[in-house]
Amino acid sequence: MTAIAEKNVTWVKPPRLNLAEQIYLPSVAQGMITTLKHLVKTVTGLNATSTQQYPEQQPVLPPHYRGVHRLNRDEQGRVKCVSCYMCSTACPAHCIDIVAAPSPWPDREKYPETFVIDELRCIYCGMCEQACPVDAIELTTIFSLTGMSREDMMFDKEKLLSVFDQTVKLGTDPVRTRGGRLSVAAEPADAGLTGSSSAQS
Amino acid sequence: MLFDLIPFSLLVTVFTIAVIFVGVLTAVAYLTLLERKVSAWVQDRVGPNRTGFDFGQPWLKFLRGFFGLGQPLADGVKFLLKEDVVPGYVDRVFYYLAPMIAVGTALLALAVVSVGDTPVPPVLQTLSANSSSADSPRRVFPATKSELAAMNSTTNLSDVRAGYAQYNNLSTIKFAIAPNVDIGFLFVFAIGGLAVYGIVLGGWSSNNKYSLLGSLRSSAQVISYEIPMGLSVLGVLVMVGSLNLERVVDWQARHGWLIAYQPLAFVLFLTAIFAECNRLPFDLPECEQELVGGYHTEYSSMKFALFFLGEYTHMITTSFLTAALFMGGWHLPWLNDWLSPSMTGNFDLSYLFALLIKLAVFVAKMFVVIALFMLVRWTILRFKFDQLMALAWKGLMPLGLMSLLGVVISRQFMPPGMGQWGFQCAFGLVSLVIVGVVSLLLPTEAPKTVLSISRGRSHSATSAPELASRAS
Repeated sequence: MTAIAEKNVTWVKPPRLNLAEQIYLPSVAQGMITTLKHLVKTVTGLNATSTQQYPEQQPVLPPHYRGVHRLNRDEQGRVKCVSCYMCSTACPAHCIDIVAAPSPWPDREKYPETFVIDELRCIYCGMCEQACPVDAIELTTIFSLTGMSREDMMFDKEKLLSVFDQTVKLGTDPVRTRGGRLSVAAEPADAGLTGSSSAQS
Repeated sequence: MLFDLIPFSLLVTVFTIAVIFVGVLTAVAYLTLLERKVSAWVQDRVGPNRTGFDFGQPWLKFLRGFFGLGQPLADGVKFLLKEDVVPGYVDRVFYYLAPMIAVGTALLALAVVSVGDTPVPPVLQTLSANSSSADSPRRVFPATKSELAAMNSTTNLSDVRAGYAQYNNLSTIKFAIAPNVDIGFLFVFAIGGLAVYGIVLGGWSSNNKYSLLGSLRSSAQVISYEIPMGLSVLGVLVMVGSLNLERVVDWQARHGWLIAYQPLAFVLFLTAIFAECNRLPFDLPECEQELVGGYHTEYSSMKFALFFLGEYTHMITTSFLTAALFMGGWHLPWLNDWLSPSMTGNFDLSYLFALLIKLAVFVAKMFVVIALFMLVRWTILRFKFDQLMALAWKGLMPLGLMSLLGVVISRQFMPPGMGQWGFQCAFGLVSLVIVGVVSLLLPTEAPKTVLSISRGRSHSATSAPELASRAS
């Protein structure tokens, strides 16, 4: 019993070289010309390199980039989160820690007393964002985060709200999720607190 | 007095060694930068452009950038300060010896290579009365008994002594550590052949399979490329009649460059030195994709840097050698007439100017070869092990023999100058075509594995016992 039927096998023969190919030199010359073309074009600037001079020149990231988290504020500047634990349940890395408390506001039952995300443990999958029923947690385009210690990388509620202030009020990241739908493209043009989707400059 | 005890020529030699050593080390450092830059440009990238001379100090900010010119310095500091890891299972003696051999042989080979216009010492025959013409073979030693007798009877030894005294005049600058070594490029090849021991020992003593494979490949490579290399320079020897590098350049200055006479031998030589320097397409001993790092996988910090240094020094040496053997050394056709060669030893400004121009021409030619090294790296793919052997033994060696045959025939039967030039070029071209046609007609080995395309049935149904039974 053969594994592959004979009719299903195509036998391919390597093509025979002609004299110029057998001597190599014409092909080598051809290749050298191609190499030289690239070299000359890059040196003279005819061929624009796609290199970004990183620290001075920040990358233009798509709005759905999954970077550092933020906690969104509502129109009155309060935290949107209702402490439903959907995000921490959905989180595959178990990096979200919420302590709920009775809400001081009449429009909701609970609010997060503390809301801590371990940014070192997080795998930036964005499932918290998908799970959130009130669009309170979002991932921003901030990709370079540093800290002097592990404790520095435990982002608490104030820190996460300040990320919101930094990204939305400064216009680097619009509010992305609205009414359960993801992505800026799904939104009307005037959606979000600011309309700009440009990356941080 | 100390200076009375030390011969002045010794001081000059030590000075030359210091200058050439520092020059080569600097050149090696900046060649690594150039290599990275060229690699980047060929691949439409920018390359290293940030490391300047600011050493991260804010108050030196104005020294930042400079096209990455501080990169070699930073690399050097990094190599010196990094932890030197010696694995516990290596053969200590050879492990330490290998980088020393690699860098030592590379620097030793450089000793005889002149980098500028180094004057040629007088030859017995040209001073003797019976030298027939300037185009006669300039042999130092008589070949037959009658020649010896004639030489003994006619050569005025005092003339020779006077010639050498003039040559040793200190005001003639010699751009080589050991100028006018009569075994010239033979010495370079002998020492260059020893450089392989650095690779072989390094890979073997590392006790690592990747390293061992690298050094195995290197030892197999060395028996492939050294024969075509020897055959290609034999043509030069036949034409010039001397192994002395300065004499080869001198011959080319008077008769035309040897690359014009023997383009085929030049191509062969170029191919062989690519293999000798372990450059792509023949960098089998150190191919990163297959062998991690090749023979230097287990080497770190300065020991690795020594291998690196040896490799690049070897590149510089062979590039100078190529320039001297085939590209006329310091000679440029129109420039040579303009700058009259001054051998009188009068140390005047025009002589110094001419020397500097010739030095620049020589170094420029060396850089042309280096640039070729770097461009070929991004043009031709690495040869497989058997392909390298096949290329060397079925392609390069017959071509080398044919090239040598052409040179010998033209030397014997053709008038010097245009006649020899035309014959050698034509013979080279014809032999290239002949070897090409013959290698086309050679029966090709039936391919062992043939691409099989399966349709309609998934491979996952194949069990391991079935595969085994099919293979047997």
